[in-house]
Amino acid sequence: MDWLNDEVLRTILATLDATLRVSTPLILCAMAGLFSERSGVIDIGLEGKMLAAAFAAGSLAALTGSAWLALLAAIGVGVAMALVHAFACVTHRGNQVVSGLAINVLASGLTVVLGIAWFRQGGQTPSLPSEARFMPLQLPLADTLASVPVLGPLYRDVISGHNLLVYIALTIVPLTWWIVYRTRFGLRLRAVGENPLAVDTAGISVARLRYSAVLICGALCGVAGCYLAIAQNAAFVREMTAGQGYIALAAMIFGKWRPLPAMIACLMFGFLDAVAIRLQGIELPVIGEVPVQLIQALPYILTVVLLAGFIGRAVAPKAIGVPFSKER
Amino acid sequence: MKLLGTLALLLTAATAHAADVQPAVVFDMGGKFDKSFNQGVYDGVERFKTETGIAYREFEVTNETQREQALRRMAQRGANPVLGVGFAQAPAMEKVAAEFPDTKFTIIDAVVDLPNVQSVVFKEHEGSFLVGVLAAMASTSGKVGFVGGMDIPLIRRFACGYEQGAKHVNGDAEVIQNMTGTTPAAWNDPGRGSELSIGQFDRGVDVIYAAAGGTGVGVYQAAKDSGKLAIGVDSNQNYIHPGTMLTSMLKRVDVAAYNAFKQAMDDSWQPGVQVLGLAEDGVGWALDEHNESLISADMKSAVEGVAKQIIAGDIAVHDYTSDNNCTY
Repeated sequence: MDWLNDEVLRTILATLDATLRVSTPLILCAMAGLFSERSGVIDIGLEGKMLAAAFAAGSLAALTGSAWLALLAAIGVGVAMALVHAFACVTHRGNQVVSGLAINVLASGLTVVLGIAWFRQGGQTPSLPSEARFMPLQLPLADTLASVPVLGPLYRDVISGHNLLVYIALTIVPLTWWIVYRTRFGLRLRAVGENPLAVDTAGISVARLRYSAVLICGALCGVAGCYLAIAQNAAFVREMTAGQGYIALAAMIFGKWRPLPAMIACLMFGFLDAVAIRLQGIELPVIGEVPVQLIQALPYILTVVLLAGFIGRAVAPKAIGVPFSKER
Repeated sequence: MKLLGTLALLLTAATAHAADVQPAVVFDMGGKFDKSFNQGVYDGVERFKTETGIAYREFEVTNETQREQALRRMAQRGANPVLGVGFAQAPAMEKVAAEFPDTKFTIIDAVVDLPNVQSVVFKEHEGSFLVGVLAAMASTSGKVGFVGGMDIPLIRRFACGYEQGAKHVNGDAEVIQNMTGTTPAAWNDPGRGSELSIGQFDRGVDVIYAAAGGTGVGVYQAAKDSGKLAIGVDSNQNYIHPGTMLTSMLKRVDVAAYNAFKQAMDDSWQPGVQVLGLAEDGVGWALDEHNESLISADMKSAVEGVAKQIIAGDIAVHDYTSDNNCTY
């Protein structure tokens, strides 16, 4: 056991710590996508909504200096974008993939144009002082319990010391599970994604249910965007989502449209990312120094391997992508 | 009266020239307010504008396909000289410059071998050597870090010069290097920049040099949040976080941009390759009111001594791109 020295232990703890930080926007986005897709509306616009929300949060925090106002603005913008999606896909029965793509393109262009026009910093928002951000919180007793073997350091270094939005993301997961599986709204939500006609026959509005689901999705994307711009970083930077919306979508499909497995998939992506960051340039026993390119490809290789061999068939909600028309 | 007369004479001279030169600049991805490379060029051409009163045309490239179009449109509209910014514009310029043999083209950071192209490149390894010296002297742990943007030879040249500088003052110094990615997205990923920095801090690093475009913003923020030091790049970035920005490696792209326009105006513009190093004042390090408290008199005299030795040829700084290897 001599390899398990302090150095190794610290690295492991630091990696787990980073995993939580990196996974947070993924978890929020995956839960967002879950609501939308469970109701039968495909959402590839997670990325765009998150980006627009990040810009809103960055701008509002820079203008007002209040992290809470920024969070509200981010949620507002996320919901507004979701409303566009719902209007196109539910009210007008448009193609859901095209609408989602349009939202991504819109967000990618609009954030940069507005950013340049308002702040004149090449699409960035001004960098924020710590009062205007969500800063790391020390959980109670973190230092007192640190002497407890294994659990103490785990609590102090991994669980404690994150910002509020990380903890929100972690509570959203059981909450999503509870809403989807234990409430009347959740039952109807699942039903409308499987067989909207049956829901309609029962006298419940399909459009209303889908609208609510898509709007919840927008709000959660808003929180994710806010996290990126004012919690993890201290400014909005153009294209800062860097494909995380798509990774979250993949994680949700990994998790077969279920909250807990989706979260685990997000944590796995986050963990691989954290490992990739930490393995760069480190000499490993036996193998020696691992080439950077291999490390960076690792998450993608594992995705393919896991998808092909271990996850099994992912069955989507039956009515997904099909606009509901009453007349049929 | 005499003064007025001279002034009038000067003004007519300026307007006479104004008819001859119609300078144009094509900024690259990142945009003219990227607080770094492109902004340096912007400062240079703005100086030209205020000094001569000659306006210039500009374009900001926002996706890869626009480079060639933008350069060609400038040339078609009669702009002369046309300034291209960044290594990524080299293939586009090679094509367009061949189509317009009578137009003067200048490219910064790349070499295009055509009779009507002026190529300006910098000895980034010399400037990086200097900040490496400062980093190793400021570090208490003897471990200094480097975060690069996209993994290309140009960025390896920064890293290699930095490593040599750090080892020059402290033979035992450990230099931990990370690259953000292998795609252009790596220039704009502050979240990953911050994670890479935290990873390096966990391994004992206390000074990080970022040569990563917009990703650097995340590195500087992480350094500020963790109370460590960071080193900026290209433009003077000391002002971003006064007190935790040790210094910045200056690459005088502003001088290069200014000279290209000015020389075209004076008819002294020459095609061919210009290599700007320490001796030509093309690279350097930044000392201003934001970091003077971090630079001790010892450090200042040491780095100035090293600069003299490099100029005199007593210290040969190895250029990574000469043999794609960092052995010196």
